[in-house]
Amino acid sequence: MSYVLPGDVLTLPTPPPKSLKLGPGLLMLHTPGNPVIAHRPGVLHSTQKQQHWVETESRRYIPASQESVIGVITYRAAEAYRVDIGGAHQASLDVLAFESATKRNRPMLKVGNLVYARVSLANRDMDPELECFDATTRKADGFGELKDGFIVECSLGTCRKLLDSKHFLLPSLAQKFPFEVAVGMNGRVWLRAGSVKATVAISRAIEMLDDRQTSDEEVAAFVQHMDV
Amino acid sequence: MPREVEPSINQREFISSAIQEGIRADGRAPLQARQMVIRFGNELGWVECSLGKTRVIAQVCATVTRPFLERPFEGIIVINSEFSPMASSAYETGRPSEEEVTISRMLEKTIRRSEALDREALCILAGQKVSIVWVWTLRVTLHFLSDEGNLLDCACVAAMAVLRHFRKPDIEVVGDEVTVFPPEERAPVPLALHHQPMCVSFAFLGPKNALVVDPTHLEEQLANGTMSISLNAQREICVLQKAGGVALPADEVMRAVNVAVLRVRELNDIVTKALEKDSKTRVIEVR
Repeated sequence: MSYVLPGDVLTLPTPPPKSLKLGPGLLMLHTPGNPVIAHRPGVLHSTQKQQHWVETESRRYIPASQESVIGVITYRAAEAYRVDIGGAHQASLDVLAFESATKRNRPMLKVGNLVYARVSLANRDMDPELECFDATTRKADGFGELKDGFIVECSLGTCRKLLDSKHFLLPSLAQKFPFEVAVGMNGRVWLRAGSVKATVAISRAIEMLDDRQTSDEEVAAFVQHMDV
Repeated sequence: MPREVEPSINQREFISSAIQEGIRADGRAPLQARQMVIRFGNELGWVECSLGKTRVIAQVCATVTRPFLERPFEGIIVINSEFSPMASSAYETGRPSEEEVTISRMLEKTIRRSEALDREALCILAGQKVSIVWVWTLRVTLHFLSDEGNLLDCACVAAMAVLRHFRKPDIEVVGDEVTVFPPEERAPVPLALHHQPMCVSFAFLGPKNALVVDPTHLEEQLANGTMSISLNAQREICVLQKAGGVALPADEVMRAVNVAVLRVRELNDIVTKALEKDSKTRVIEVR
């Protein structure tokens, strides 16, 4: 694990690999030699397949294509919805971008509804676009409107932790009581449990995980002693 | 930055169904406030207050100036409370938002208009003509670092704590000559405070307008109405502010006042304890 600061140049193997994949936080310059530099401070992750990215403990979401996000509908037009996904710009969600949606059979979402969607387009100088189906199967696959429940806001790093299947928090909570959860990469976690108390308990646990002053052991102890 | 996005329908419904069961989204009871944490800086007159994730820094500086023409025997207190995008991306510099105006007015009323500070004690040299009068000008600057609801209470505690923490340089007047002593020569003197008013904010949530104290940001956004009461530990109400929102019966207001009294006493204790703890770490010579 190595740390990078903005402007740091990545050392790549010579000759340069044929396929190089750069994730968030990295940029290839169009100067002689095409050096790859970091433009965010954080932990540099690399794989054998020459995939590189920088993980930053930030709270501000920058849309990236193929990420799952949770958004709030803010405006409803004839052909598309405007959705707040916590980024600098609102995203647009086509009314036909739902499973088995047609001109006649379109989803009925109101302003203020929540959707779980996938960022289908995130160009630098355009508003991001969302889709509520899987790119290959065109099935809903969990995407779509999120009914009831509650939203917890946390840092993007916490979201990545929760998405990691090896992380202890969600499995240990699931041993206590059943619940549904949808983790957006934009710092929002939607959750729905059987009772208000259980929902509050999960949101407290996630907020504790998000708080840098509480350690993982304390969060685990909180979950253990939870009385719901 | 445009207006903040309104909370989703799901959140509104969850908060209102939870409050009917007597639970709040962060697990607190309706009349339970978050813990107030006070931290003093190295200098006298610098304090950081935090209420959960809400954070405010307050700082005081004193300068010697001429008084206002119409109040020649009184010192001047200026409270600077400008929001910056630091607190939340919804705030802009230069364009005061509604919250900013409300908070500035409340602080003004709570601290200045309630005469918490003895302004006549800030007069250095009195005289018939304003041109020879000198007074202290105290400038209280508040920096709002993060807004997670109830900035007003946090700012109010920070402002009162910083005024109690601050000491102005000692002075000596011989005839028309005024000498201001640097802190190395003579120990600075504390300000003269008449009383310690604090502000307690409430929100009314859900279909039954349940009373909650110390609302979070989400609760503030979803509230049917809010109310702020400034009072001191002697149960003297300085300000009661309720700008619009839901209509309340008188006994509900009285209930809020009684809750506020207890909260203000608690806050006063916290500030006093923090000041005592801080003063033990400092050496202020008295000659």
